[in-house]
Amino acid sequence: MFDVLMKIFGNKSEKKSGQIAKERLQVVLIHDRASVSPEIMEQLKNDIIAVISKYMDVNKSGMEISLANDADSVALVANIPVHSLHHSRR
Amino acid sequence: MCEIITITSGKGGVGKTTTTANIGVGLAMRGNRVALIDTDTGLRNLDLLLGLENRIMYDLVDVTSGRVPYKKALVRHKRFDSLYLLPTSQIRDKSAVNPEQLVQLCNEMKSDFEFIIIDCPAGIEQGFKTAIAAADCAIVVTMPEIAAVRDADKIIGELGRADKENIKLIVNRIRAQMVEKGDMLDMADINEILSIECIGQVPDDEFVVTSTNKGEPAITMKDSLAGQAYKNIVGRICGESIPFLKPPKEGFFTRLKRLFGML
Repeated sequence: MFDVLMKIFGNKSEKKSGQIAKERLQVVLIHDRASVSPEIMEQLKNDIIAVISKYMDVNKSGMEISLANDADSVALVANIPVHSLHHSRR
Repeated sequence: MCEIITITSGKGGVGKTTTTANIGVGLAMRGNRVALIDTDTGLRNLDLLLGLENRIMYDLVDVTSGRVPYKKALVRHKRFDSLYLLPTSQIRDKSAVNPEQLVQLCNEMKSDFEFIIIDCPAGIEQGFKTAIAAADCAIVVTMPEIAAVRDADKIIGELGRADKENIKLIVNRIRAQMVEKGDMLDMADINEILSIECIGQVPDDEFVVTSTNKGEPAITMKDSLAGQAYKNIVGRICGESIPFLKPPKEGFFTRLKRLFGML
């Protein structure tokens, strides 16, 4: 009986499975299309940290990089919190 | 003028062979001379869907290896006499035919047919590469299901890498009621994700099962919704502009019964 009532009034808060499928697909296809595996992303992240650390003191654990879809192009988006700039020694 | 169309999907079981059979029959019903080539070597099925399994004498591998001319291997359909099947071998594997051989065969056949439809095997290996080598147009078949759409995307990428630019989409086995409830990817979602021209939306239809049982494609059945969708696809392939079918509305009592779990 509760199920029937739920069907009548609808459980609006729960996301429909079709929508979940769409969102999961969008994420997985960004990686498929760029042919970038999670391992490569991890390597890329470590390399970026190594390069930037030469110039800045960055928060390594707070860093996020991801591929994002923007209209008809894919962008590499990096969010790198900086603690402080190294002073130039030269 | 002959158009060579390859029916492909990446994922297995989405309805490539069913689509090939229906489009082939539909084009022949309009009076075109049509050849269907099954390239799913080792897993031959197109003959069964057309009801021609008992008439096969020679196969694709016999032709490409030069044992017999292609005309000897063609099987004419019993009801639609401008439709021919070139079946593939059931005992050889996908490496038995290479892309150059299929291109050469299609060039030979071109002058005898208005359409050559190639049924591609699942996967993205050699069999796929052979099947698309000669194609002027590729039709990608998918289903409103996460794995099938992902594989369709992969195939579209592979087709692009093979310089195939004329790519069309057919979405098969759509369950209108699930779409309406939001429990299935809808056409807007799929078009947004794959962004290639869609020429067909085929509903999930029990007629497809019963017609396959009998070896008569659903397009020959008046009452089949999927058959109607295939007829529209054939019209669009012939350049007509046909609106997509609206899903049938559920009646009040059906809805009420579903609500109380009686359906």
